[in-house]
Amino acid sequence: MIHPTLAFLTDFSNAFDFIFHTREAQTGGVQVGGLHQVLEFTWEHIKLSGAAIGIACAFAIPLGLALGHTGKGELLAISLSNVGRAVPSLALIAFFVAYLGVGFTNVTLALVLLAIPPILTNTYVGVRQVDPEVIDAATGMGLRAVQVVRRIELPLALPSIFGGIRTSAVNVVATATIAPLAGVLTLGDFILSANVYGADGRLAGAILVALLAITVELVFATLQRLVSPKGIKVST
Amino acid sequence: MYAATLAPVLAQVEIRNRSSENCIQQNKLCPGWIVDHFDRYTHPLVQHIVLTVVSVGIGFAIAFALALLTRRRRWAVGPVLGFTGILYTLPSLAVFFLLLPITGRGTLTAVIALTAYTLQIIFRNIVIGLDNVPDEAKDAGRGMGLTDRQLLWQVELPLAVPDIVAGLRIASTSTVGLATLAVFAGAGGLGSEIVAGSNITFKTGVVAAGGLAILLAFALDVILLAGQWLLTPWRRVRPA
Repeated sequence: MIHPTLAFLTDFSNAFDFIFHTREAQTGGVQVGGLHQVLEFTWEHIKLSGAAIGIACAFAIPLGLALGHTGKGELLAISLSNVGRAVPSLALIAFFVAYLGVGFTNVTLALVLLAIPPILTNTYVGVRQVDPEVIDAATGMGLRAVQVVRRIELPLALPSIFGGIRTSAVNVVATATIAPLAGVLTLGDFILSANVYGADGRLAGAILVALLAITVELVFATLQRLVSPKGIKVST
Repeated sequence: MYAATLAPVLAQVEIRNRSSENCIQQNKLCPGWIVDHFDRYTHPLVQHIVLTVVSVGIGFAIAFALALLTRRRRWAVGPVLGFTGILYTLPSLAVFFLLLPITGRGTLTAVIALTAYTLQIIFRNIVIGLDNVPDEAKDAGRGMGLTDRQLLWQVELPLAVPDIVAGLRIASTSTVGLATLAVFAGAGGLGSEIVAGSNITFKTGVVAAGGLAILLAFALDVILLAGQWLLTPWRRVRPA
């Protein structure tokens, strides 16, 4: 007999059972849980988050490089991430769903808006941090503005840029958990539709989302270290 | 006589009410309805403020204690940052339900999850703030005969206030945002006016509750900045 204060261990063991074995849904009829469905939802979660981060990078990095290189738009680049933090992610998703409707595209757009500010701010800050003497030297050697950006500022700003992508990625993966409210079945569906998956499914969902977030954090932390040129290891 | 003057006014109120209910039934954005039903947001707003202030307050107390403990044990800073970093990474929604078998549904669960989230930001800023205190200031303090404890409270912490407040500002703004998810932990808050069951398509509610959350984030930010202004009078001296 297990001690009552340790009863929660049974809950966790049932949750792991849900991850590995299918069972009948609470609502009856269909089979839920099991590795197949877990992988399906994980893939949807990664696809949604990846699309949002990719689009956000494609937009924010060039803009951040341009603003950083010219030194213009400091107020925009810096304050955007402060303002961005104040907008609750739940409200952002709900706003998109209420006004544009459910679906993969709309949720992706909402997540893109969430992901842009940290990447833009970090790109801008990373470029501005580059020693002006290095840029003078490069210009003196005959590099054109585009070459200065591509061969000097971008490589030196990479650790900072990846720091921004890492912040955004962790944020987006966490927020993608509420995507089922907008009709995109990510791992969050196990959590939000407890009437279908039961308490075991809900706890399993929480475990899976937590593991995914930590994995993403570790992957981007490693990437950030790998892109740091020797000698300017940035501690974060 | 009163009836005669009041009748047209009452009729107007009636029409306005009916049109705002109509507007809601068509699920449009209805500012008039928000004004008429503002009282329904009072309780969630109060819950939201309590969740945020309590979580950031406890987070600050723990982070402050950790920062003081690691001052003489620099080797511990790395592990503390690593551990709080994991807590920071875990999505709040997941933490709510990981805690559910242990602490059940309700405010306690939400506060634990939100507090765990704030530790990393606040701890890091206190450590940075204390590290940024110029050696000259510390030397001057020691030269004046201050003990280590006096030096900490009278020289180092006051000079670290701007960095510490910067951390608290990030923590409080983020926590206001995350506290909208507390509704899933059964702790109410403004999220309860954004999500009804698993329905998030109530246009007016989304704008009203989301807008209130943003206003709350800015209000707390202003209060923290005012606190910093009060605590650092020497920064206000104009150069002659």
